[in-house]
Amino acid sequence: MSFDVAFILSTLPAFLKAVGVTLQVGLIAIVTSLLVALVNAAILVYRTPYLQRVVQLYVELARNTPLLIQLFFVYFALPSLGLKISGFAAAIITMTFLGGAYLTEVLRAGVEAVPRAQLESGRSIGLSEAQLLWHVILPQAGLLSLPSLFANFVFLLKETTVVSAVAVPEILYTTKSYIALYYKTYEMLAVLTLICVLLFLPLSLLLRYLEGRLQHGQFGS
Amino acid sequence: MASSGLELLLVSLPQLGRGAAQTLAISALGIVFSTLGGVAYGVLASLNRRGLNLVLRVYLELFRAIPVLVWLYLLFFGLPIFFALSIPSFWCAVLVLSLWGSSEVGEVVRGALRSLPLGQREAGLSIGLSAWQLYGYVLLPQALKRMTPPTINIYTRIIKTSSLAVLIGVVDVIKVGQQIIERTYESVLIYGVLFLFFFFICYPLSAASRALERRWTHA
Repeated sequence: MSFDVAFILSTLPAFLKAVGVTLQVGLIAIVTSLLVALVNAAILVYRTPYLQRVVQLYVELARNTPLLIQLFFVYFALPSLGLKISGFAAAIITMTFLGGAYLTEVLRAGVEAVPRAQLESGRSIGLSEAQLLWHVILPQAGLLSLPSLFANFVFLLKETTVVSAVAVPEILYTTKSYIALYYKTYEMLAVLTLICVLLFLPLSLLLRYLEGRLQHGQFGS
Repeated sequence: MASSGLELLLVSLPQLGRGAAQTLAISALGIVFSTLGGVAYGVLASLNRRGLNLVLRVYLELFRAIPVLVWLYLLFFGLPIFFALSIPSFWCAVLVLSLWGSSEVGEVVRGALRSLPLGQREAGLSIGLSAWQLYGYVLLPQALKRMTPPTINIYTRIIKTSSLAVLIGVVDVIKVGQQIIERTYESVLIYGVLFLFFFFICYPLSAASRALERRWTHA
């Protein structure tokens, strides 16, 4: 078993591009998920009638089904209803569907974790509802949900590997294509592993650090 | 359309059932091995041996950093090359889910054990319990309430993640569904059924996890 270093070097530009695609899909999905989640969390927190039920149903549906099925539904089933979409668009739509649900829960939990006394004190010193939200609730809720938010961002970024199933040329799809074309399985798996470790391990460690810091802030060491 | 769709479903039921059995078997085996492995991991991590902790930490970080789907490909393509070991894709999926699940359940068990008052361990040791007795009769039973809700949540993730097995060639419920779609073009119906199949398995578990959490941790 030889290790073809020259071959690995020749694939580096393609893998660099693939990392770009992974980051692109992940970051777009994070932003769109966050937007969906902000709206949903507001609906839940303010107990908007009817809409509240819709959001709850959406969150349960998205969180209790596999990303792969959601992806296949969007990519393979929607076209038969007359909606033809690219793999990239299907990836973004599906990951937003999934991520939006997870982040909704994170934001809702963050707001609910703000102690009730905070709201009551805010009201008692005459803050308007908008001031209460901006100066009292959001800063505390934001801080409380920061580690969970970040954990879900990392989760979404890692989930982008699943969209390789609809031919989005991210890192896993690129690896598979090279293996299929040149049979350099050994080399390509090594590159894939290395990319994952370089890309996701620092994020995972940073997450642990953040969680530790928040705990420190709340309870002392 | 509606009646033909229903007819198709009825006709396809035995075939879908066989696929579903594969999916459920992978999930169930993954859950059993993850639980056993997770308890072992959690107990080992709670012993606070420096060398052991380092090994467990590396194991955990590898399974956190590398996505499950990548692990599936690594072992499916890698095992035959590196170890001349060719395992069927079914068992490859079980292996990956078990290794990954063990690290996830293991962190939950570790956290639950660590949350117990130190006096419990000291009291157990001072009355002369062996390590097995200490964990079996004192520590693990008390940690059970704290670790059950998050562990059930991990079970739903294992079930959802078992869907990835189709990508390394397991003829699971998704593959069977795709075969039916190739014949009938009823993609909306079949993917809708697959969607609901997973939902009706995972939702009750999620709901149970939440109910237990509310009852046990806020009591």
